[in-house]
Amino acid sequence: MKPLFTRGPSAEYRLGLLAILAIALIVSDHYTHWFQPVREKLSGVIAPLYWVTDAPERIGDWADNQFRSREELQEENSRLQRQVLLLEQRSQLLAAVKAENTQLKELMNSAEVVDDRVLVAQVIGVSPDPLEHVLLIDKGRDDGIDVGTPVMDASGLLGQVIEAGGSFSRILLITDSSHAIPVQVLRNSMRTVAEGTGDLYRLKLRHLANTSDIREGDLLLSSGLGSRFPAGYPVGEVISVQRDPGKPFAEAEVLPRGRMNRSRFVLAVISSGGQAVASE
Amino acid sequence: MQANNRWFIAVTILLSLLLAVMPLPQQWLWFRPAFPALLVIFWITRMPQSLGVGFAWVIGILQDLATGASLGSHALALAVLAYFSLLTYQRTRAFNPAQQLLWVFVLVGIHQVVGNWVHGLEGKSMPGLTFLWPALTTALLWPWVAPWLRSFSGRLHVH
Repeated sequence: MKPLFTRGPSAEYRLGLLAILAIALIVSDHYTHWFQPVREKLSGVIAPLYWVTDAPERIGDWADNQFRSREELQEENSRLQRQVLLLEQRSQLLAAVKAENTQLKELMNSAEVVDDRVLVAQVIGVSPDPLEHVLLIDKGRDDGIDVGTPVMDASGLLGQVIEAGGSFSRILLITDSSHAIPVQVLRNSMRTVAEGTGDLYRLKLRHLANTSDIREGDLLLSSGLGSRFPAGYPVGEVISVQRDPGKPFAEAEVLPRGRMNRSRFVLAVISSGGQAVASE
Repeated sequence: MQANNRWFIAVTILLSLLLAVMPLPQQWLWFRPAFPALLVIFWITRMPQSLGVGFAWVIGILQDLATGASLGSHALALAVLAYFSLLTYQRTRAFNPAQQLLWVFVLVGIHQVVGNWVHGLEGKSMPGLTFLWPALTTALLWPWVAPWLRSFSGRLHVH
């Protein structure tokens, strides 16, 4: 069939050219980081999309705040005051422990303990791809976030920044199937690696020695090895250990502490002292 | 010669990108219709003389940037989809609604196959044929969205 008005090259030609270009882009984006700066520059164009899709949520929050009764607010206020009192008491205890700890570390000629600076950010979107666990937050390079910045919520580690734009960044959650985090058991400081499974409520410990001392209920903390995550933040709790004598290794399942799909506010840990502190 | 309101195309594409990144519950993510693909089929079938593979490719790049997918994956899928829509636009126009629905399923299915191929390249595997769910949901949307878009673009003189 000959078109009436031919303009430029044929559709086949264009498809071939653009397909090759697309494949070249895919391959180079997968194996190199050449496009990272381009993506981050263009995030300014993309961020408004997420602001719009997040609008219903924000309007809901606003309405929630506006239409609260006086009693509710008073009740919440007194509850929070009680909580602050409790936390203050605990942090006073901690201050003493921390001073002592620093002193001991100095005695051992260990690197000094740096306080982590944290930044509160709001989750504005999630990745549309069901196979990856990625969150978007409303803070970026302008606020001091960089690729690799660890992110947590009130109860545990969530993940790390994989792309930092000017005013928003993407976070890969520790439950993503391509993520792994070095951890250690709180009870006996045994080190291992917790891998994501692609399930928001599961991490996996693979290649545990069959004789390793790990049991249900053990709390896992980040070990600080790999100098990506700061040491000592809670990662998850062991919920089952499978020891099969026929297999060379035992496996354990872990319930992550961080609330992967329920946190609205997250904390980005900016100046981490993780790598400075020895893990044991 | 009447005024040509091509901005309407851009508006619909923008809307489709919004719908493509709108947060959904985890278990619904598998069924999200491929809105940009739906619009590419619609606009190319409507204006095959002026829109083509390049148009779809650019939308694909925008979708890649918006969703954080690897750059070029949606561009490749949409370019292939655009090519097949261009080849068959006369037939698509002549089909009755049921045939159109089926044909949209096939077209978006091709788009999904290409997308899944790129996914596979990155080491992420979709279990079984689940990657075809969006093709089904998109096809089921077609009989509602297409007449609505047609009447709008008719009234706005988009050509």
